[in-house]
Amino acid sequence: MKIAVLIRRVPDTTAKIVVGSSGTTIDPTGIKFVANPYDEYAIEAAITLTADGGEAVAVAFGPDVVQETLRTALAMGVHRAVHLQGEPAADGLANARVLAEHLRDGGYDLILCGKLAVDDYNQQTGPMLGELLGLPCATSITSLEIADGTAKVMREVEGGTEAAECALPAVLSCDKGLNTPRLPGLKGIMGAKKKPLEVVPVSTGPVLATVVSLAMPPERPAGRIVGEGPDAVAALIEALTSEAKVL
Amino acid sequence: MTTILAVLEQRDGALRKGAAELIAAARQLADAQGGTVDALVFGAGAVSGTDALGAAGADRLLAATHADFAHYCPDGIVATVAGIAAGYRAIVTAATATGKDLAPRIAAAIGAPCGMDVTAVSLSGEAIRVVRPVYAGKAIQTLELTGTPVIAVRPAAYPPISAGKTAEAVAVTVPPFTRRLTVTGIAAPEQATIDVTEARVVVSGGRGLGEADKFALLEELAAAFEGDAAVGASRAVVDAGWIGHGAQVGQTGKTVAPELYFAIGISGAIQHLAGMRTARTIVAINRDKDAPIFKVADYGIVGDLFEVVPVLTAAVKAARG
Ligand SMILES: Cc1cc2nc3c(=O)[nH]c(=O)nc-3n(C[C@H](O)[C@H](O)[C@H](O)COP(=O)(O)OP(=O)(O)OC[C@H]3O[C@@H](n4cnc5c(N)ncnc54)[C@H](O)[C@@H]3O)c2cc1C
Ligand SMILES: Nc1ncnc2c1ncn2[C@@H]1O[C@H](COP(=O)(O)O)[C@@H](O)[C@H]1O
Repeated sequence: MKIAVLIRRVPDTTAKIVVGSSGTTIDPTGIKFVANPYDEYAIEAAITLTADGGEAVAVAFGPDVVQETLRTALAMGVHRAVHLQGEPAADGLANARVLAEHLRDGGYDLILCGKLAVDDYNQQTGPMLGELLGLPCATSITSLEIADGTAKVMREVEGGTEAAECALPAVLSCDKGLNTPRLPGLKGIMGAKKKPLEVVPVSTGPVLATVVSLAMPPERPAGRIVGEGPDAVAALIEALTSEAKVL
Repeated sequence: MTTILAVLEQRDGALRKGAAELIAAARQLADAQGGTVDALVFGAGAVSGTDALGAAGADRLLAATHADFAHYCPDGIVATVAGIAAGYRAIVTAATATGKDLAPRIAAAIGAPCGMDVTAVSLSGEAIRVVRPVYAGKAIQTLELTGTPVIAVRPAAYPPISAGKTAEAVAVTVPPFTRRLTVTGIAAPEQATIDVTEARVVVSGGRGLGEADKFALLEELAAAFEGDAAVGASRAVVDAGWIGHGAQVGQTGKTVAPELYFAIGISGAIQHLAGMRTARTIVAINRDKDAPIFKVADYGIVGDLFEVVPVLTAAVKAARG
């Protein structure tokens, strides 16, 4: 089986976000960048599925720094990497088209990506790729079974778990719960340096979504401690009833 | 060209919660241009709940009927919407699990940009502007979208309106399509509980509970809200296996915006806050007065949850009479 794993470089989830001087992007100073947490589930799935043969290829579209993130995927165990060198736009579709162009003739049985990127929160790359490539697509999967060229998946929806199936090749976006991603070991990290990393220059076509502004969220008005221990319950009930009016 | 298309969600032949909120968002966008709102419903037969859509603000009710629409069928829905999209100024879906799955597919099929998980939408000349949380809610992005954008609107971002219309019913042709993905069914969780994303009140517990069995305390508090409340959790306890993944609130869990959120024995890590900071009222119960959760809580009680929660449960029952 040949699997593509899409990887996005994002700020570490504990990073403090500050708006940059452009007013439309963040100030990257002092931020540690990592592989998108959801992409780790995709990487783990790809490594497991190719353990007995086949190839897992990590693909990232972005500036040169994404090569660092690709090395993480290589250290975890993917076989090779492709750096689509260019500047992603704020338009998810423009980016998905770049990825689709590269993946179209790659002969992949499976294209795995994360459910959402924790920077842009777009949650659109997977389903867009499905449409653009004319492939079946299931999003936010929490389980995956592959047999006889068919993928059976589960995904969480409000108030239940949806079961779905499709033929391969397919695009699947991975959610927490799918597996437990491995940590790259020392041997993996050393080996990653020797694995092939191909660089392919790309550029986006028309862009239909642009960032007007990026701002800090409004602060929540300061709250208050109503008291200590069970004796404070009466004051809480009073506040919820007459101030917040939620009881 | 000032018509807004609202693509609604149904399950088991009944309209899902949130349809009226989505129509309200569409209505506001349409009214800004003196336009109209079409509500589009997919079903294997008649879908119950649609007769209320006129009152909620829809001008027309478009019904697309096909045997495959008994379950969610993204390929059929995309083909149908793509067939009629040309007449619309914008297309909206709810930012639910299904709506978020659908919106990007439609956008890609019609070559339009997609605004995901949007909390506010407005016109800006020829373009449409959407406001949305990014970086786990640590920043707010305003995006300008051109073409016929597909916008997934966050549940509860727009309160329902009462428009007193009667929607004109229109049948929509379902074009031939290839069903590439087949949804085979939905398994409900063992207990028929409401989802944390849909509940008016969310009672969440964290590592402070000490062990899985203690979630019973929170279930009792939730039960005091008589069907209005769901039990949520921090990731620490989901990872520990004390409660299912579906309950996890936060960056790698669900985003909730209930009227009332209880954080009980939860420290308030940034990744947890990402999922609940837009709740209208937040109550924290924690024995550590310096716990970060108190910074976002409207009301806090410093104390041992095992002492406080049972008293609180009794008091909520009494207050609701
Ligand atoms: C990539 C990534 C994604 C993540 N995503 C999420 C996410 O989606 N959701 C999420 O919640 N977390 C997430 N986390 C984890 C997060 O960083 C925290 O580890 C987690 O939220 C902590 O859970 P907690 O508050 O239950 O536990 P703790 O931090 O251990 O806090 C327990 C709290 O209980 C209090 N307590 C203890 N005993 C009592 C008592 N008897 N009475 C009252 N109070 C008591 C303590 O004072 C403490 O404040 C993520 C982390 C990473 C790295
Ligand atoms: N620039 C990119 N390069 C490679 N993969 C990407 C890129 N952007 C998004 N993805 C993939 O698509 C997933 C969802 O991203 P998004 O649609 O931006 O939320 C990510 O988890 C990645 O797997």
